[in-house]
Amino acid sequence: MKVNQLSIFLENRSGRLAEVTETLEKAEINLRALSLADTADFGILRLIVSDFEKAEALLKEKGFTVGKTEVIAVRVKDEPGALNDLLKKMDEEALNVEYMYAFFQQSTKDAIIIFRFDDINKAVKNLQGKAYTILDNKTLCEL
Amino acid sequence: MILDTEETLSREELEKLQSTRLQALTKRVYDNVPFYKQKFSEHNISPADISSIADLSKLPFTLKQDLRDNYPFSLFAVPKKDVVRIHCSSGTTGQATVVGYTKQDIANWGRLMGRCFTAIGASADDVIHNAYGYGLFTGGLGVHYGAEEISATVVPMSGGSTERQCTLLKDFGATVLCATPSYALYLHEAAAKIDIDFSKLPLRVGIFGAEPWTEAMRENLEKKLAIKAYDIYGLSEIMGPGVGCECTEQKGLHIQEDHFLIEIIDPVTCENLPDGELGELVITTLTKEAIPLIRYRTKDLTRINRTQCACGRTTARIDRLTGRSDDMLIIRGVNVFPSQIEEILVNTEGTTPHYQLILKKQGALDTLEIRIELAPTIAADEIKHLQNIERNIQKQIKEYLGVSAKCTLLEANSIERSTGKATRVIDLRNE
Repeated sequence: MKVNQLSIFLENRSGRLAEVTETLEKAEINLRALSLADTADFGILRLIVSDFEKAEALLKEKGFTVGKTEVIAVRVKDEPGALNDLLKKMDEEALNVEYMYAFFQQSTKDAIIIFRFDDINKAVKNLQGKAYTILDNKTLCEL
Repeated sequence: MILDTEETLSREELEKLQSTRLQALTKRVYDNVPFYKQKFSEHNISPADISSIADLSKLPFTLKQDLRDNYPFSLFAVPKKDVVRIHCSSGTTGQATVVGYTKQDIANWGRLMGRCFTAIGASADDVIHNAYGYGLFTGGLGVHYGAEEISATVVPMSGGSTERQCTLLKDFGATVLCATPSYALYLHEAAAKIDIDFSKLPLRVGIFGAEPWTEAMRENLEKKLAIKAYDIYGLSEIMGPGVGCECTEQKGLHIQEDHFLIEIIDPVTCENLPDGELGELVITTLTKEAIPLIRYRTKDLTRINRTQCACGRTTARIDRLTGRSDDMLIIRGVNVFPSQIEEILVNTEGTTPHYQLILKKQGALDTLEIRIELAPTIAADEIKHLQNIERNIQKQIKEYLGVSAKCTLLEANSIERSTGKATRVIDLRNE
């Protein structure tokens, strides 16, 4: 129940991000979710795409420093306190969030939150035990 | 295996030979090169004052600038009709320096390079892939003649067309690779892209030179390429590759002392230093005909070791070059050699040994930025992990070299690959 995420190391120079998106556009790969973390010198672009294998191969071929990271996609209700609730439960289990990003889903009025936990297997087990819906690659791409 | 008996002479026999050759040399340059005749007069000496190598320090030094001032042929000691070959330095640090060779010079060079190949265990059974540039640069042809001298099979690849190099390395079953160390690494990367695995090739030995490289880089090359990596020394002013070379012991480079008289001097005071002390290497070409040089200051820093080597050769060895006095960077008053930084970088996990050192001025202060490529295989996902790599490098540089540096990670393969000498220092302090 883990989702493959592309992590792309980007030097801080103008136009570099657009080179990624252009590569993906040409291959007709759709972006499902993304986040960009940045420091003064470099950034890490994290992407969930419609076709992971194809995107990974293409970006590698174009010379990008690309890695694969496993993350968890969790569906939560789009209402106040939903994330807080989830985080409290994870904290009780001593699970730490390395990073997260979220997007809102218009059709079902739910939010999807992408998590990277320090112990991903334990996190999956706990979330499932607490009746959260975890989305797999396929479901996520079909949203 | 040892190719020539000259490599195993007793110290006494060797010094006798050197003294005879030095006497002949001083007479030859005095008679044939106006530059030396004038220099000798300025120092109040004549060839008659030189009766043995003990008199060497009476002779004046020759500098690279002297070659430039006498551009192109004024230091030649033979008529032009006797010169059969011209080589020329790249001229990256000033006007190019020109050197010439007689037929005998070329024959000697091939023989000495042949000795080097023999010392690292190569023979007529080997296929030698020569990726040094052919042309005005001495690397390509120098290695080539040496390989033929020992009747090995040479593949005169020269530099460039990297992918093809990889294919031919594999198809022709090269057992010996000659290249700059940075290019050898690049070949390894390029090979991986077209699914050629160096560890599965018959390649067993590499001879790397033309740029200084470290013990850490040796480990890296030996592991990645699954070979034994040997260091070779030479400079075009003296001959080209083959002035010195490691033997299979890998404990210093044997100098071809029957042809080259070596000294170590303090680069500031120009006083001779005893064996074992670090200083500038000075070479006198004992047999060179076309352009013999007296006490040529190489700017290369090393030390001499005259203890007997386990390989059986009696010739003196020099330490692997830690750098050139020219290369030494003075950063906020601290002397730093790029090789010292390389030593730290090569062993940093998550990165590749492709790096650049950028020096700038911030107000009155020097700043050093180390740019280094991430390994293409790294899963660069967490900021803190990458920042740890940067911090770790900065910490080690500060700890071992005493200078503060800023480390910047680069995307894999973003530094332009060089087929010859890699440009690793970019000094913008005077701009």
